[in-house]
Order: sequence, then C-alpha cells, then structure tokens
Amino acid sequence: MSHHELDARRLLCPMPVIKTQNQVNALRQGDTLTVICTDPGALNDIPAWCRINGHTVLETREEGHEVRVTLEIGEPSIAL
Amino acid sequence: MTESAPQTLQRRAIALVSGGLDSMLAVKVMQEQGIHVEGVNFFTGFCVEGHTHAIRKKDKDKNKRNNALWVAEQLGIKLHIVDISEEYKDVVLNPKHGYGANLNPCLDCKIFMVNKATLMLNKARELAGEKGFDFIITGEVVGQRPKSQRKETMPIISRESGADDRLLRPLSAKNLPETLPEREGWVDRGQLHDFSGRNRKPQMALAKRFGLDDFAQPAGGCCFLTDESYSRKLADLWQARNERRYELDDIMLLKVGRHIRPAPHYKLIISREEGENRFLEGYRYQFTSITTSSCPGPLALIDGKLASDDELRQAAAIVARYSKGRTDDEVVVEVRDPGGVVRQLPVRPATPDQVSPEWMV
Ligand code: SF4
Repeated sequence: MSHHELDARRLLCPMPVIKTQNQVNALRQGDTLTVICTDPGALNDIPAWCRINGHTVLETREEGHEVRVTLEIGEPSIAL
Repeated sequence: MTESAPQTLQRRAIALVSGGLDSMLAVKVMQEQGIHVEGVNFFTGFCVEGHTHAIRKKDKDKNKRNNALWVAEQLGIKLHIVDISEEYKDVVLNPKHGYGANLNPCLDCKIFMVNKATLMLNKARELAGEKGFDFIITGEVVGQRPKSQRKETMPIISRESGADDRLLRPLSAKNLPETLPEREGWVDRGQLHDFSGRNRKPQMALAKRFGLDDFAQPAGGCCFLTDESYSRKLADLWQARNERRYELDDIMLLKVGRHIRPAPHYKLIISREEGENRFLEGYRYQFTSITTSSCPGPLALIDGKLASDDELRQAAAIVARYSKGRTDDEVVVEVRDPGGVVRQLPVRPATPDQVSPEWMV
C-alpha cells in the first residue's frame, strides 16, 4: 500500500476527475491518493466520482485557492 | 422465464451518459429489465458541464455539480469519463455529415462517440470475457433533433460507428429495427418504448413513473457548439487566424469573459466578474495581460499580437472602460507580458462610442 499525489492544478472540471480516474486505474486497492486542484468544482466532482466507483474519500480540504482531496482506492473496476 | 430455466448470465450494457434526462431514462429502462449498466461520458472540451459553472461566481452555489456524475449517482451506475478532446478536433473541423444550425457536428459526433463506446466494448470483451459488455445504449429519440436524431440517421450511426446491431435505443426501439439484445432475448422488446419527435411529454411521464424529478434539461443540446454566440466566437477565431484549428485553451477561453476584437490581428478577453478573473489569471503566463492598477477593474488577456504602442494604448483604454474608473480622466493600467515583465501605462478610458459594437464577438 502506498501513497501517491496528483497535481491537477489549473485543470478545469472534468479534467481533474479524468486524471484522478486514470491514476486510480493504475493503482492498487488500499493505496491512497491526494489530488490537488484549483477548480473548486473538484470538491464536488471527485467525491461524487469516488462514491460512484467504490472508492473512499478520506479527506477534503480547502487551502486558499487550492482544493485537496485524499482518497483510498477500492475494488478495481474494468478499465474501459 | 420457466421455472427450470438455468441461472442466466446478467447481461451488461455500456450507456452513453450525457447528463440529460434521455440517457437517464434509457438506463432506467434497461435496469428495469435486469441489465447491468455502466456509463461512459465523453469530454470533448465543449461540454457545458461543471467548470463553466465553477468559473462564474454567480453560479457558485447552484449547479456546480457535473451532471453526468450526478446522473450516474442517481442511477447507481459506474461512470467512466473519457477525454476525447484531442481526437474530437477532427470531428469539429471536418464533419463528414456537416453541421447543424450552428457549429454542432451532431451526426458525426454521435457516430464518433458510439464508435468509441464500441471500441471500449470490444476491449472489455477481450480483457474480461463475459464480465465485459454485451451492447451499447443511448438515450436517442427518433425525430428529436433535426440533424442527428432523425429516423434516417439512426441506422447511419449504428453502421458508421461499427456498433451495428449492438446499439440499442431503449426510448425509440419500437420504431427501429430489432437489435441484437432484443433478438437474443436479453431485453424484452415489448417493454421498450416508441418515443418519437420533439414532444417531450412521454419522457416526462416516464420520468415521473421512475420518480425522477431533478434533472438537467439542456435546451439545444449537450454542448456549447449548439450555442449561437459560442459558435460565432469560434468562427471568429478561425477567421482571425486564417485557418480552422484550435487548442483546448482556445475553446475554454471562448466560454469566458467579454470578447472584443478591435482589429483582425488581436482580440481582448475581458473578465466580467471575480470568478472569470481568477480563471483568466491562470493564462497570464501564456498571454500578455492588462489590469487596472489605479482602481479596481477587470483582467484582460490579449489574444494575438499588437502592432504598435498606439494599439496597446487603445487596448488599455478599452480595458479601462470596464473598470471602476471608467469616467475618470485617467486610469493607470498594468501591462504584463507572459514572462512577467510589467509596464505601467496611464490612459484615458475609452468612451462608449470609441468601442464599436462591431468589435463585440
Ligand atoms: S450537441 Fe454537441 S455533444 Fe451533443 S451531439 Fe451535438 S455536437 Fe455532439
């Protein structure tokens, strides 16, 4: 189990979600990932994406203009 | 099903999920028949979703959600979002079947997306065998859209996408030839629908039956290309550059701010409020930008090259016109090049008649 970070600053939704998804597909169950974004929409979208796809959001945090979402990877789905 | 029927395999469908009501209903109809559905949503760069709302502060509290994600959650399905923005350029620039009322290449777009879904289906089959997918569904309704959703275009989409009879439109299936999932008995054709035309009443009734009451209802279509003023800005961009091409940043910027083109070789993109301001700020490393320093005002990007200092003063005066100091005799603006070199410039704000309505893109 390892921790990873993903820089999605300056990307607009849904790009942070897409990047998160692609990164998650490359990780293993139980790994954790912190995504750093500047689009405040990510605060809704990434957790929604996690709920839908069976991953757990451990923390969301706003720091100034940045949003940090930390998630734990759940069961893998078929990478389409 | 007879009592002695063996436990049958749950069939699996990929649904094209746009975030609107129709795809939502199509999924529901399949779920009702015991089909396992997963959604796919394509990011073309022109989508009306999420970020547009996020940018504009006035929309801050309402609807910041991404509709496709929201829909998937309501339906309890997984959603795969795919970035097709690069490949999609060819669809927008060279649509074989032409454009709709604006720069929307709907028919080619649909073919492209269904083709993508078909490739995904094939790949999943290869990787996962029976855990892969069996067919594709969309929320298309015969006759609903003048360009892409006509009765004649439905088979074109099936054929040219390569999906053929693996493409099922649950809302209009009864108006269309039988497809593989119907023939194989995976779905019961009798319980599919025969919606057609622009009348949305049947959809509303079905939504009600499913207990759906909160959904997005895009008026023209699922993307900015159906929007007249957006298409005009895109056409202007191509004309100004003497070639039809675009980058993702270009089409993002067309969604934001006031666009003013005082001369063919340059255009100003001026923020209208704080959210846009913040958004445009991210582009200051790529564009020369203008802000007002002696009073509060917008942030403007210069797209193109200014030919002279006179032109710079003209651009600065226009920007000053949209600042708090618009009626002052003089406003100091700060011109910043992409490298961060800053220059202060005092200007007299342009008067309304100095900004021709024809410059407004
Ligand atoms: S409205 Fe846009 S996304 Fe929808 S089919 Fe037409 S071109 Fe494609």
